[in-house]
Formats: sequence, C-alpha cells, structure tokens
Amino acid sequence: MAPYIARRAVALLPILLWVSAAAFLIIHLIPGDPATVYLGEHATPDAVRRVQHEFGLDRPLPVQYGIYLWNVVHGNFGDSLDTHRPVIDEFIPRFPATIELMLGSMTVALAVGVPIGIVSAALPNSVFDRVGMLLALAGVSLPVFWLGLMLVYIFSVYLHVLPTAGQLSVDFSIVPITRIDVLDGLLTGNWPAALDALRHVVLPSITLGSIPMAIIARMTRATMLDALHQDYVRTAYAKGLTGRAVVLAHGLRNALLPVVTVVGLQVGFLLGGATLTETIFSWPGVGRYMYDSITFRDYPVVLAGILLFSLVFVLVNLAVDVLYAYLDPRIRYA
Amino acid sequence: MAARRFWRNGNARVGLGMIIFFALIAIFAGQIAPQGPDQEDLLDRLKPPSAQHWIGTDELGRDVFARVLLGARISMTVGLVAVSGSLVIGALLGITAGYAGSRVESMIMRLMDVMLAFPSIILAIGIVAMRGPGLNNTILAVSVVNIPVYARVARGSTLAIKEFEYVTAARAMGARPWRVLLRSILPNAAAPLVVQATLGVATAILDAAGLGFLGLGAQPPTPEWGAMLADAYKYLLTAFWAALAPGVAIGAVVLSFNLAGDGLHDALDPRLLAGR
Repeated sequence: MAPYIARRAVALLPILLWVSAAAFLIIHLIPGDPATVYLGEHATPDAVRRVQHEFGLDRPLPVQYGIYLWNVVHGNFGDSLDTHRPVIDEFIPRFPATIELMLGSMTVALAVGVPIGIVSAALPNSVFDRVGMLLALAGVSLPVFWLGLMLVYIFSVYLHVLPTAGQLSVDFSIVPITRIDVLDGLLTGNWPAALDALRHVVLPSITLGSIPMAIIARMTRATMLDALHQDYVRTAYAKGLTGRAVVLAHGLRNALLPVVTVVGLQVGFLLGGATLTETIFSWPGVGRYMYDSITFRDYPVVLAGILLFSLVFVLVNLAVDVLYAYLDPRIRYA
Repeated sequence: MAARRFWRNGNARVGLGMIIFFALIAIFAGQIAPQGPDQEDLLDRLKPPSAQHWIGTDELGRDVFARVLLGARISMTVGLVAVSGSLVIGALLGITAGYAGSRVESMIMRLMDVMLAFPSIILAIGIVAMRGPGLNNTILAVSVVNIPVYARVARGSTLAIKEFEYVTAARAMGARPWRVLLRSILPNAAAPLVVQATLGVATAILDAAGLGFLGLGAQPPTPEWGAMLADAYKYLLTAFWAALAPGVAIGAVVLSFNLAGDGLHDALDPRLLAGR
C-alpha cells in the first residue's frame, strides 16, 4: 500500500506546480497595479515605484514566479495588500469555518443521498424511485443561493427555529482548539455552545449539500442497479437470504465504491460553492474571503487561496484513491 | 431509433416541452409582459402579488412578473451562447488531443487538468474581475470554465473512434488530418457532446446566475435573474415574493435542460441501444 500512496503523492506535485503557474499568470493579467492597491489611490509615483521594487514587481514575470515559489515552499505566502498582515495569518482563522461547513454539507449529502439511491434502486420505477429521483433532479437544478434564501425565510424568519446567519451567537464563546466550533464545544464539554454552533451550521449545510446530495443519490441508484444485476446477487438470493440482506450486504457494499470517488470530486464543488453559501449566511470562511479578495485585487491572498483550494482538492482525491485501493484490492495490485 | 427512444421517455418529453415554453417566453417576453421591466413606480414599492402586479413589485416599484419574463431571454441567451463557445473550443481541443496523441495530447489535456483543479466559480470570478463585470464577460467566464468538460468528452470518444476502419480508410485515401477530424471523427463523436451540451446549458445558467448574484454579472437595471435575487435578498423580510419568482424561474429552466439532457443520454447511450 505504501508504494502506491507514494507513487500517487509524487504525481500530485506537477499538478500543483502547473496550478500555481496558471494562477500566477491569471492574477498578473488582471488589470491594476498591486503597488497602487497596497498604497491606496493617492500614492505618489515615487512611493509606488519604491513598493514595486520592494515587492519585486519590477522584475520579469518568470523571475517573480520563481521567487514566489521559493517563498511558498518556505511557508511564506506574502502579505495581504488590504490588511498588510501575512496571508497565512488571514487564512488560518477562516479555514476551519469552511471545513466545518464542508463537513456539515457532506454529512447532509451522504445521510440523504445514499438512502434515496438505495431505496430507488431496490424498488425501481416505484413511487419512491420517482419521488427520490425528482428530488435529486431538483437538487441539481435549484440555485444554491436561492435555496439558502428560502431556507432562511422559512426556518428563521417564519418559523423562528434556526438562526439566520453567522457561526455562533454572541451569548456564547468557545475555547478554540480545532477552531471548528461544533467540535470545540464538544471537546471542551461546553454543550450549550456546541448546540448553538450546530444550529448555526444546519441551514448552510443543507444549502451547500443539496447538489452533492442529488449527485450522490443518482450515482448510488445507478451503481446499486448495476450491482443488483450481478451474478453474486442472484447467488445470494438463491441461497435464501432476505431481500434486505442482499441489498445491504451484497449490493450496497459493492455499489458504494464509485460513490466514494464522487464524494472526492464533490469536495472541489463544495470549496467553490462555499463562496455563495458563505455570502448568504455571513459565514466567516475562506469562500467569502476569496470573493472579497478577488474584487479588492488582493493578489497574494487570491494566489494563496487558489493554491490552498487546489491542495485540499488534490489531497482529498488522493485520500479517496487510497481508500478506493484499500476497498478494492484489484486497483492496488494492478 | 434514438428519437423514438427519446420521445417514449416521459421526463424527456416534459423537459423538451418546458424548453420550448421558455424559448417562446424569451422570444415574446416584450409582448407578453404587462409593463416595461424598468418602469418604476416608487409609490408601489415592495407591494405583494395583486391583480395589477401578478408577482408583486420590487424595491423600485417595478413589476416582478415583467422582469422575470424578460429575464428568461437573458438567461437562455447566456446559457446557449456560453455553451456554444465551450462546446466548439472544447470539442476541437478534445478531438485534436485524441487524434494527434503523444505530445500534443499530453499538452492539451494537462492544461485541461489544471483548469479542472481550480474551483470553477473561483476561476469565473477571476475572469470577470480581470475583464470587469457585465453580461458579455459573464458569458466569456462561464464559457471558459466549462471548456475542459467538453475537451474530455471529445477526447474520450475520439480515442475509440480513431481505431475504426472507416477512419483508417479515410487516411488511406489520402485525407488530410483536419478533414479526417471534421468529416470522419467529429460527426461520430457528436452524440455524447450533444448530451453534455444539453446538461451544460443548465450548469451555465446556474453559474451565470451565481455571478449575477455576486454582482459580477449583468449590471442594473438589466432584469437578470441572479441580479434580481441579489436585490430581493435585501428585502427578504418584507417582500419574499421578489426573491421567490426569479429562483423558481432559474430552477424551472435548469430542470428542463436537465430532464432533456438525461432523456438524450438514455436515448443515445449505445449500451442501451444494443440491449434492445
């Protein structure tokens, strides 16, 4: 297993290098001078030239990229043009909030999507199947930001059962350990705060999880239908197992393999989709921060964000591949 | 055969019917709308649905129904133009990569992999930030971020098709590479691309609405559904109807393309055809 993981991990390096080069090029194609952004509109030409020299912006682009890469390898992503603080210090407090949102969304997607897929495949063309698949189709068709607004209207404005926005009510404070509020509340035994954090994460998670839920439901149904037509399933029926045992023990175990891959691919969507969801729910994560940074032209933050997003995406997919190889020995020994 | 399979699928029929319905609305929106989409009446701000304003009015007293109707024209145009762009460029890159192989293939597909490694909305926001907000740049951004999807589908089909005897025959007869690509490979690789493009219109409409919602798409007073939602968001507590209508419209149009795309997929899937 270890050589397989090492081989896959090494293959990621060129992708990350390409992503960093492409992001660097795109960022430098955006009109507007970072030195002017840094100093403000009223800066004198002399001051702008000085900052350009200080940041190395007057050097050729390949040299700038080389210096940037060298700094990144040493953990230095530069300073934010907006706050003048190290970029990494801006990301660290925001990243756990996005991770919390992603975990919540994936929980919703799996908890709803997999059962819908199983029931739809076990009872094809039934009412359950039709309603389930219609729900899945609605999930991929509704705009997430609209779904978020409607959920806020129904559950927060109309029914008053869940909060409208934010990560934690002002009445609560949690000692940060992982900075994932729900988890920190549980780890420190602060149950009321953990519950409050959980109430805050419900609506954003349903909003962001709606599309992965729909895709997982459709994928589970398709792979389950395929699995239920295999010879080993017929054998299981022939030896007298009940329908439920056959579906869950023989069908589902084999059908879930491709679903694992889909979960990995959805992480990319969740990172991007977080921008819209975090905007609606004033969620203090990196998605909203990236949007603000792009519109403010805070280049170091945008570059670091793209690299960070890509790193998370490729690492999750590496984890998925490893899990896949663990679950299916045919891949490991191929 | 494929057309008959498509027609026998109830969901696909509903999808196609809805697309035709929305296309008619988009074409005749100007005639159907009870009043102009930009006609303001500040005395009638944020009014609930009534006989005069079927879906109420927005924060400037404009008729939401009229704006939703006109919005269909914008969303359908954005979806179709953006997908046409990514389909043409993606398909050409994909069949070139699949047919040429070796270094050309590796170069094109690595570029596509890099584009896929970016979260698409972030890349789209970046492109719009680079060129400035507006409808044309939204179309460009949505088009660019979807190119890799078509390139991958086209390459996959080309790899299989180029081994067929009729391609070998075309080459043996002295056809130039571009002629083989356009006359022998592209028409036979079209089916999966058409399916992907139909589903792609749905994605493109959603992406464009997302950019509109973030204020990067169509600029005021253009009645674009995403931008309308962004405005309505501020008045959600007092006038939820202004947010309800554009969202339902986006969902319905996207659903229609998804239903039709799924139906096309089933109708054109060679495995399903072979099974009959």
